[in-house]
Amino acid sequence: MSRESLLELQHVSKRYVMGEATLDALKDVNLTIYRNEYVAFIGPSGSGKTTLMNIVGCLDKPSSGSYILNDTPVADLDDNALARIRNREIGFIFQNFNLLGRADALRNVMQPLIYRGIPLSERKHMATETLQNVGLGDRLHHLPNQLSGGQRQRVAIARALVGKPSILLADEPTGNLDSSTGRDVMAMFDNLHKNGHTIIIVTHDQNIANHCRRVVRLMDGQVLSDTDNVAKVGNQEAMRRV
Amino acid sequence: MYNFLESLRSAFQSVRAHALRSFLTMLGIVIGVMAVIAVVSLIQGFSKSVTSEFNGLGTNSLTIQSYLPRKDRLAGKIAKVTTDDLLNIQHAVTGISGLSPILPVGRFFIPVKYRNQTTNSQVLGSTPDYAVNNGTYPEKGRFIVPFDDLQHRHVAVIGVTLITKLHLPEDPLGQYIQISGQWFKIVGVLHPKGQILGFDQDNQVIIPYGTAHSLLGAAVVPDIAIQLKVNDTKQMDAVVGRISQILRRNHHLKSGQDDDFKVQTPSQLLGNFTSVMNAITYILGGIVAISLLVGGIGIMNIMLVSVTERTREIGIYKSLGARRSDIMLQFLIEAVILALIGGIIGLLLGYGIGMLVAYLVPAFRDSFVPWWAIVLAFGFSGGVGVIFGITPAAKAAALDPIEALRYE
Ligand SMILES: Nc1ncnc2c1ncn2[C@@H]1O[C@H](COP(=O)(O)OP(=O)(O)OP(=O)(O)O)[C@@H](O)[C@H]1O
Ligand SMILES: [Mg+2]
Repeated sequence: MSRESLLELQHVSKRYVMGEATLDALKDVNLTIYRNEYVAFIGPSGSGKTTLMNIVGCLDKPSSGSYILNDTPVADLDDNALARIRNREIGFIFQNFNLLGRADALRNVMQPLIYRGIPLSERKHMATETLQNVGLGDRLHHLPNQLSGGQRQRVAIARALVGKPSILLADEPTGNLDSSTGRDVMAMFDNLHKNGHTIIIVTHDQNIANHCRRVVRLMDGQVLSDTDNVAKVGNQEAMRRV
Repeated sequence: MYNFLESLRSAFQSVRAHALRSFLTMLGIVIGVMAVIAVVSLIQGFSKSVTSEFNGLGTNSLTIQSYLPRKDRLAGKIAKVTTDDLLNIQHAVTGISGLSPILPVGRFFIPVKYRNQTTNSQVLGSTPDYAVNNGTYPEKGRFIVPFDDLQHRHVAVIGVTLITKLHLPEDPLGQYIQISGQWFKIVGVLHPKGQILGFDQDNQVIIPYGTAHSLLGAAVVPDIAIQLKVNDTKQMDAVVGRISQILRRNHHLKSGQDDDFKVQTPSQLLGNFTSVMNAITYILGGIVAISLLVGGIGIMNIMLVSVTERTREIGIYKSLGARRSDIMLQFLIEAVILALIGGIIGLLLGYGIGMLVAYLVPAFRDSFVPWWAIVLAFGFSGGVGVIFGITPAAKAAALDPIEALRYE
């Protein structure tokens, strides 16, 4: 294949040990994702989607198996290298948002830019623009607890997008949004994708999954199916216009 | 750099967010720094006034006193500077002036009576030059004159304290007071000098040297002190050497035997005083070290609590790309800010207390805070912040991102 592989999971398992009991959240997952792919992870609750995302996002480490990102085994990277990847390469939208409670929307979105050494004025400018893009231009100085669930989700999305990461990991990004806002968000993802970014979305929503080029179906910590939607491009184009 | 500024901002924010808790945390440092600044400012002011007092003696004056090491005194030896020594110095040493003896009547304080009032006072016999040598001038009346001394007249010059203690009239000139059973006419009242080390310098009676001598009885050879001025300060060492030579000969000291007297310049007298002050400063330093230690432990404790409370927040920072060093810096800065704010509050309070005491107690009138005390206060509180902030900051920096994000 001529396509460049971006990340590769080889025999990845994740086992949680809780005293006597053990739980295998991921079992021997093999998965290769290429640059500029648009992938959906779909599967029932508890199937291991978030666990997989955390590993892909370099937040968590597999119990066994290897994860290779950009031709480098992640296990070989030190703390600073991992921090740099999380900061520059990966935009993470958490299922539970993980916003900084004491910081307003603007500061939340500005936070990752601090670690890139971007000056305050520029940080402010970039964050404001991104928040405007998700329709929160008038909520810059609201604290998370002064925002609705959907608004919080959009702050989390803006924070993940502000640094234009090469890989976007979105855990249920539209879960709390009405269909119209959800479509706006998806349009933003499409735009990123068009500009060469790689997008991975966790979702329950079949419509969103259909929107993606590739659908990885998980069940009980295993990959059940891995299908290409490229054949249905026309279908997608139709949907984008909705 | 941007992370540093951001850490500063965030540190101030979290100090403000828990204002009361932060204040209680700083309290140890506040009290420590406050105590130092207050005491240092008072001691400084105090030694400044004492120093100027000594400088009043003039840099060219010398004081000669008998002196024996403690073990010799315990062995029963006696050392004296006598009138003979005085006369020999007068004849044999050139380039000096204002030579005057000081003869204390009684060991320290002796009773002075006026009508039915009695008070204990320091009574000195001296000559007219005493006034010049010590900057002691009469405010009312006159000082001892040569004629008083020659004639062994029963006259006295008194310090202002005696007026109140003895219920003397406001103008006591011409009144008679009784010392060692003899009557003395008050001819002058000295200009008030205030207190040194709680010692009232105005509780003093000066009588003519000859009179004091006869008061003690002809049979006694008293131990006196001698004051004099060296005309040319460049000749100071030569004069001291000459005097030592004369006294050693008078006292029949063989070569190899130690001096049984001391010739001291004001700077040496000041040196004695300064060493006392230094001792006080060291003791103070110890107290401060303890209170800063306590303050530091307080900061460490609250920072550990804060790290635990903010585990999720730290997880979020890490997920957004914060390095260990970023987290470390943020918490370290917070600890240092806490300590420094404590230092500033302590500085202001200590300064205030110093001013207040200086205002209320005359001896400390010149209180001031030297720049080194301020630098030290900041240095120490900042240092405490760093030392006691490192452990909590390292704990925060070492957190695993996913564990931290899951923390409830
Ligand atoms: N820290 C943990 N300790 C023990 N078990 C865990 C832990 N985290 C996840 N699990 C378990 O691993 C399994 C997979 O969890 P995961 O969060 O990946 O599910 P998910 O697919 O994201 O589900 P949902 O759609 O509900 O978000 C679940 O059964 C869960 O109970
Ligand atoms: Mg999940």
